[in-house]
Amino acid sequence: MQKMTNSELSQAIYALFGERIALSEELYDTLVIEVASTDAYEIIEQLKQDTALSFNFLTLLGGVHYPEMEARELCVVYHLHSWKNALRLRVKAYLPAEQPSIKSVTSLFETANWMERETYDFFGINFEGHPNLTRILNMDEMDYHPMLKQHPLEDATREDKDDRFFGR
Amino acid sequence: MRHEKIKTTVSLADKQCMKMNSTDNLIRLSNGQVLSKETIDGDIATINFGPTHPATHGIFQNILTVDGEKILNSVQTVGYIHRAFEKLAERRPYNQITPITDRLNYCSSPINNLGWHMTVEKLLGVSVPKRVDYMRVIIMELARIADHLICDSIIGVDTGALTSFFYPFSEREKIYELYEEMCGARLTTNIGRIGGFDKDFNPVFHQKLKEFMRTFPAAFEEWNGMLERNRIFMDRTRGAGPISAERALAYGFTGPNLRAAGVDYDVRVMHPYASYEDFDFIIPVGVNGDTYDRFMVRQEEIRQSFRIIEQAYNNLPEGAFHAEVPEFFLPDKKDVYNNMEALIYHFKIIMGESEVPVGEVYHSVEGGNGELGYYLISDGGRSPYRLQFRRPCFIYYQAYPEMITGSNISDAVITLSSINVIAGELDA
Repeated sequence: MQKMTNSELSQAIYALFGERIALSEELYDTLVIEVASTDAYEIIEQLKQDTALSFNFLTLLGGVHYPEMEARELCVVYHLHSWKNALRLRVKAYLPAEQPSIKSVTSLFETANWMERETYDFFGINFEGHPNLTRILNMDEMDYHPMLKQHPLEDATREDKDDRFFGR
Repeated sequence: MRHEKIKTTVSLADKQCMKMNSTDNLIRLSNGQVLSKETIDGDIATINFGPTHPATHGIFQNILTVDGEKILNSVQTVGYIHRAFEKLAERRPYNQITPITDRLNYCSSPINNLGWHMTVEKLLGVSVPKRVDYMRVIIMELARIADHLICDSIIGVDTGALTSFFYPFSEREKIYELYEEMCGARLTTNIGRIGGFDKDFNPVFHQKLKEFMRTFPAAFEEWNGMLERNRIFMDRTRGAGPISAERALAYGFTGPNLRAAGVDYDVRVMHPYASYEDFDFIIPVGVNGDTYDRFMVRQEEIRQSFRIIEQAYNNLPEGAFHAEVPEFFLPDKKDVYNNMEALIYHFKIIMGESEVPVGEVYHSVEGGNGELGYYLISDGGRSPYRLQFRRPCFIYYQAYPEMITGSNISDAVITLSSINVIAGELDA
């Protein structure tokens, strides 16, 4: 079934983009590449249009927040899928927390529309060129982005709660 | 056919708009579309289809702009039952995330549960015995049958065939009784454990599964006969809510909805998990991507799922019903009381202190309505650093306005039920 291996894919990607790939590693069964946020759109476009690779399907788009990493606190993760080669590829682009802005891929994959809205809703990442970048799951009046790590949930290991007050 | 017709009306309207200079004759819709008054038959009205409406089968709101009965535009609102699952998952130990996955697509919760277990096993690098794979396949295919039975019978209800809603429920009940034997629950199953199952198939399960396998095909065909070649049903569903293969791919369709449009993508075949490569089954595909094709694809998938269950059950390997992962698989209760090691593991699992490697995995399974994926990032802590669900219906539901624009309101109702959108999964 699998027509191309991850190492072949890695070579093909380096041949195509060379220096533009900041980092590439194989995590479990998926190749992960890191690209500059300003470059992400062009690279994904080429990955989609390249006939040999043909990453035709955007499986998942989401964000991750790493508050400790300076000037690259937010990460946009694209899961691309090439049905021709039965291969997945994870593309990561890091953004600074002050101005988290990246070009929208809605013009390449219409399915990105709601996934980018969700990522904006959760992390406050601005997708430039998105047709309708508004909150999707949370209410419009919300004034923070709930998936950021500075909004922690209650510590699950706390012991100071008196169970009698919670009917337990 | 119908789809092309819509396009011509819109482009005609656009041409007329360009000819006219006076804006009095133009009507602007919120999606940027401009219509001239000559093309409108009656009055333009705005109606709320949902959020709580008997025909929406869940909390879905669509604000429709209609010209008489014809839909000109639709604006969706989602998020009414958003429960912040991805945030909740960031504080729960791995085994406590399974109940969250129950509440995604609650028509086929076992698939979600087992998909999550397989994701964690992938992160831990655990390989499970063959018997676990086959048991999982049986449970997941039962869940797929239950999911498709509901979805297809609801299309019947929305076309006015209420009887066909009651027939499959006796079969679904048998599936739910099988879940009950395995986990004690029916809807939110929390079935299985990381590493396998908490117990083997018991004698009652064997007996009930055999009974199900004996009676299901005839019962299914009896119900199928009510709808499949029913003149009224076919007239109502053929050509309703069509989507082409190109559009479906652009919108990220997966599962039966994509296959109904003619694309044979199935995670079970492209990236086999749980030994799906051992089984012989076909992937049904449709042609037009309309409501009838979606119905037909699901009906055939039920037959294929049944075939898989037969193959898996008849070739069920001997062996353990779980892998040796003491850090995640709860020990027997009697060992907890009599064995120091078991007590330690029990305590570690309950308190969520088991060690997890640092890493990130993406794993996906073929859910009831599409590719259900889990993107898990672990920093070695007690809970995932980040867990993102690929919820198939959240991704394809954005195509709904395009599918219903130009059709009647009654077609919008059956289109909504035929794309199998589950509110719990949509809103996470």
